[in-house]
Amino acid sequence: MTDETLVTIEVDGRELKARPGAMLIEVTDAAGINIPRFCYHKKLSVSANCRMCLVEVEKAPKPMPACATPVANGMKVKTRSPTALAAQKGTLEFLLINHPLDCPICDQGGECELQDVAMGYGAGVSRYIEKKRVVSDPDIGPLVATDMTRCIHCTRCVRFGAEIAGIREMGATGRGEHMKIGTYIQSSVDSELSGNIIDLCPVGALTSKPYRFQARAWELTQSDAVGPHDAVGSNLYLHVRRDKVMRVAPRGNEAVNECWISDRDRFSYEALESTARLKRPLVKENGKWRELPWDEALDLAAGMLKGAGAGLKTLISPSATLEELYLAQKLTRGLGSSHIDHRLRQGDFRNDASPALRWLGMPIAEIERLDVAVVVGGNPRKDQPLIGHRLRKAAMAGASITYINPCKFDLNYGADQQVESPAGMVKRLAGLAKAIGVTGELVANAVVDDQCKALAGQLKNAGKAAIFLGNIANAHPDLAVLETLAGRIATATNAFFGFLQEGANAVGAQLAGAAPHRLPGGKAAETQGKNARRMLSDKIEGALLIGADPALDCWDPSAVRQSFSNAKDVVALTAFRTRSLESCANLMLPIGWFAESSGTLVNGQGDWQTFAGAVSPIGEARPAWKVLRVLGNLTDVEGFDYQNSAEVLNEVRAACEGVSLDNAIGEGCLDVQFKEGPLTRIGYVPLYAADVAVRHAPSLQRTANAADSALLRVNGATARIYALSSGAPISVCQGNGEAQLMVCIDEGIASDCALVPAGLAATGGLGPMFGEITLEKD
Amino acid sequence: MINAVKNYIGSLFLFELFKGLGVTGRYLFARKFTVQYPEEKAPVSPRFRGLHALRRYPNGEERCISCKLCEAVCPALAITIEAEPRADGSRRTTKYEIDLFKCIYCGFCEESCPVDSIVLSRVYEYCMEENGERLIGKERLLELGDKHEAQLATDRAEQAKYR
Repeated sequence: MTDETLVTIEVDGRELKARPGAMLIEVTDAAGINIPRFCYHKKLSVSANCRMCLVEVEKAPKPMPACATPVANGMKVKTRSPTALAAQKGTLEFLLINHPLDCPICDQGGECELQDVAMGYGAGVSRYIEKKRVVSDPDIGPLVATDMTRCIHCTRCVRFGAEIAGIREMGATGRGEHMKIGTYIQSSVDSELSGNIIDLCPVGALTSKPYRFQARAWELTQSDAVGPHDAVGSNLYLHVRRDKVMRVAPRGNEAVNECWISDRDRFSYEALESTARLKRPLVKENGKWRELPWDEALDLAAGMLKGAGAGLKTLISPSATLEELYLAQKLTRGLGSSHIDHRLRQGDFRNDASPALRWLGMPIAEIERLDVAVVVGGNPRKDQPLIGHRLRKAAMAGASITYINPCKFDLNYGADQQVESPAGMVKRLAGLAKAIGVTGELVANAVVDDQCKALAGQLKNAGKAAIFLGNIANAHPDLAVLETLAGRIATATNAFFGFLQEGANAVGAQLAGAAPHRLPGGKAAETQGKNARRMLSDKIEGALLIGADPALDCWDPSAVRQSFSNAKDVVALTAFRTRSLESCANLMLPIGWFAESSGTLVNGQGDWQTFAGAVSPIGEARPAWKVLRVLGNLTDVEGFDYQNSAEVLNEVRAACEGVSLDNAIGEGCLDVQFKEGPLTRIGYVPLYAADVAVRHAPSLQRTANAADSALLRVNGATARIYALSSGAPISVCQGNGEAQLMVCIDEGIASDCALVPAGLAATGGLGPMFGEITLEKD
Repeated sequence: MINAVKNYIGSLFLFELFKGLGVTGRYLFARKFTVQYPEEKAPVSPRFRGLHALRRYPNGEERCISCKLCEAVCPALAITIEAEPRADGSRRTTKYEIDLFKCIYCGFCEESCPVDSIVLSRVYEYCMEENGERLIGKERLLELGDKHEAQLATDRAEQAKYR
């Protein structure tokens, strides 16, 4: 913006330049002039109902609210004049009339905006002697605690629900003295971003339930961290007291998470103290687990790894840090094997020959400026909540968003959800490609319907368009075809092409070389090892599992069970002791998770975000990179003499010099291999089953989002074929596995398909995420 | 030279001895201040800052609400508190520990307490035989409070007008 278009205002004698139409408070905030406020928040609409930001504006008869007063040229504002101060003092006195004096028992005490403003702008003594209002507290779920007597009716939480979370969960009922903030009907707040209302609430009316009464703001030390669950890589603050993470709060970063974080990032810290944490090394002897000291355990592990040698198979979580991924591949390759993979839930590996280094394809912040977005096989709202939020922002700004999924998802904005069976998704994408003018054998035979034509028109005419492949596409048995088609469509329409990947560090894993076809720096490997799916197709002798719980984190749990059934030398580096891991592993070494270890995560847009460890690992656990380093030494692999994780990082950085992320698939693959049976399973990983840590976060597991995940969802037509009724128990059979689920009739599911969740203990016995299933009634 | 002569004469007539005996003689007949501790005890001020105690309300409910102001104000970092919601949802401590070796008996904890829960009592007779005894926990502090409640309450009522 040029200087001429700016208006000049004067605030407290200081001359400020401002964009015309900007609110006064934005200008003063930018200039560092403090005006007290409660209801104003930079990311929410202006409601001007708290009246705390009243300032004196010259020639205005009364004080004006700074948050709702647009600047005008020559405006003269006084924020500290006697009139302004008297107005602020008066407002505060009214606000404090009904606010209880319970700061000593309030969790917000010490970090409360009302306390701060009362100190700065209030009268020292209250003149109010009448009765105060008391409001009952609604139970709004396991994440947010309520003390509504403290509410000052700023309506930030209400506006957050309507404008950011996209569900009007909180609302104000009654007027004046009788105004209450609550849920309209008795229900919990179930948004995947609900925890943000804790930060928004300026008083202690909405506080964190897991953190309730645990600590005081002044006892906590703050350190930086990065969200360990999804490709957003949200910037976090860890609040630590006495070597324990007490809570997690967002660290503002406009390019990544703005000022929000998902509930998964906010509350998963509870898993750090889970009873399932592995605290000491354990070895399986005659089917029984025995604790053993670290030195013995490391020698044993080194022996097992050496014994496995070139046959070693390494499965590592895509949420592991860059350092762990790099050392894991260095160790595996040093032992002569090249079987290492992080793509545990990927359904198809036929495009491994392509040079693509998959990433989001565009900066996260750009997503909200898209005009057209097509998401193929994914539900970013739940899988990458803050990318979902950016898409919602785009939709709110008028973008048209299309989903091509095997089921309809509950979205918080209007979108065109095209529901197709897994095989139908490929056909639809081929139809779209044909409508756009892409050539190829598969495309030539595709059927182009009106929806395809309309979407093709949108993509062609859009100023800024993008095609994303999500988590469902990632697990799709024809991922290679989907990728190829989506890539060609994007090229033909000049749209962005991106991957919403699983895990927090999928990009980092490719850069670190933790894949059978990639060396550090993403270079193509000369000797290609087996990928995650092929590793599990035959018997495993020796394996190294890092942060992965194969039976729940892999594409095909039944293959995991079979391949690991007689394994002798399976070393698991794990933070959690789970039943499914116990059945796979022979030796478990405890490692630190999240805040317990330093490391680097590369998010979807390719930011390398390094963080330091904030607390010491639980029990005798050690950071995984240290364990891998020692295993490297003990197995006599060259180049494992690191002194700190920064040295490892520097080595990866050197290997990645000049490497840029690129989604170009190249030749690709257009052979459809997936054949649908009479009833096809759609495997979808629910929000709070995504990784082993989330599965052990108790408060998240108590949410409604987690509670309704163990269901078999079919549409009415399919239910009639199999005579299923809603709520009835049913056994689902896939291969030789079986699972007991409840039926849920959901008209959003494609016909002849059943949505059967993956990643849950209940479905851990089943086969691949996509495949034929049969139903048996009990 | 003169000093040497003075000293010689002084020591010859045992002047200093008689001076000292004079003091002894005076106190022999003066009023006695000695207290026969432990049979007798010196009077204690209501503001005396002795052993800590946690008080209860008359209905038996513990006063402490775990606001942690005492922990924050303590200059010797002698207080350690841990809290969580009690079954009835109220804010209570699960651990309230004072390290008697660290404590400097400044009384800031008592002054900071919004509910008059932590107090410094008149008790000064306590000793420890083992190192671990220097840490006194919530149970013991409440016990002390119960034992001395009558005294604590009257002392605080008396001093209220000066606060």
